[in-house]
Amino acid sequence: MTSILARPDPDRIKSWLEEVPDPEVPAVSVMDLGIVRDVQWDGDELVVAITPTYSGCPATSVIALDIETALRARGIERLRIERRLSPPWTTDWITEGGRRRLEAYGIAPPAENARTPSPFDRFLRSTPLVIACPRCRSENTFRVSEFGSTPCKAQYQCRDCLEPFDYFKCI
Amino acid sequence: MAEQEALFEYLLRLGDNALILGHRLSEWCGHAPALEEDLALSNVALDLIGQTQLWLNLAGEVEGKGRDANNLAYLRDARDFRNVLLVEQPNGDFAVTMARQFYFDAWHYLLLRELMNSTDGRVAEIAAKGLKEVTYHLERSREWVVRLGDGTEESHERMQAALDDLWMFTGELFEADEVDQEMVRRGVGPDLGALREPWLGLMRATAEEATLTLPQPGWAQRGGKRGIHSEHLGYILADLQFLQRAYPNATW
Repeated sequence: MTSILARPDPDRIKSWLEEVPDPEVPAVSVMDLGIVRDVQWDGDELVVAITPTYSGCPATSVIALDIETALRARGIERLRIERRLSPPWTTDWITEGGRRRLEAYGIAPPAENARTPSPFDRFLRSTPLVIACPRCRSENTFRVSEFGSTPCKAQYQCRDCLEPFDYFKCI
Repeated sequence: MAEQEALFEYLLRLGDNALILGHRLSEWCGHAPALEEDLALSNVALDLIGQTQLWLNLAGEVEGKGRDANNLAYLRDARDFRNVLLVEQPNGDFAVTMARQFYFDAWHYLLLRELMNSTDGRVAEIAAKGLKEVTYHLERSREWVVRLGDGTEESHERMQAALDDLWMFTGELFEADEVDQEMVRRGVGPDLGALREPWLGLMRATAEEATLTLPQPGWAQRGGKRGIHSEHLGYILADLQFLQRAYPNATW
């Protein structure tokens, strides 16, 4: 029988997970990105629910492994990581701190709210997004490609300071 | 047709469409006309392979014979694949790849949007996840059709030829058979025929913007959903399945 002392409070565990970086964007943690959906004790087993950002995101299994390693180092012995698909991950779950850290790292954070109208309407109106350059803050930027170095990012460039940069797409 | 059997078939179609198109796109890796396009094609492929895993794992669960996504992807022969003919067509030039993608993405988007309301919660979950990704696929492929159509004389000609050549494979997307009808009856999936008008609406608007001519409705090539494929699928599988066939159960 595990004593109550061996079962740290879920909030405390979440604060530990704030030190686990995302493997592809190490400037932010798995908590910053909203990948960790839930931390709960099931008897003497800790259950951590995580959600993939994109269904084919190769980082998901690395994230699960990193979380497990970090929690074992803190003395958690019985641990289960659950993959949760619903509700689907949205960039709205990125924390304020996460957005600031993304920008400081040189990645423009998601600009719009994820609940956009149907792209069928959006295309026909074709209003381009205004994305500020994370380096000089200029809004005079343009999209180079809808996809960047990972599925979650697009490539932009600033017309003023010429900085090429990643934009964290809104989903 | 028994409910579980129809659902299994339906899930295979969803999974196989994503798998075969994802594989086709991955063939571009290292060969695309520009680095940005190489990354974009690989990223779309990755999304589709991710969706494949979700659909085919669920298919295996519904079938209840212990098969998972890997078994289904690597150990079925061409006759057992249920993807539409459109997605197995060769990459051709960049215009062909983008035209194929645009035809498929617009349909895929409409389909997933309906599947989000499926009475089967597992189907609705996967559709909601996939729809977010497919929204970007569609935005990108549509923009390429416009850019190439309203581009140089050569890019215009190539995009027009691509739209014309692939048009006969689009009819199959909207034809419902007994599996689709069973899914409609159970509230699992939508009436495919009802997706045709919104799809055509986007096609017409895009063709106009791209100064292209949308082909006229005509004879449709069909069969993929029943396992009757073009010769191209066998070559895809030879490539896709080689490792598991040569070294059964190999993992890393």
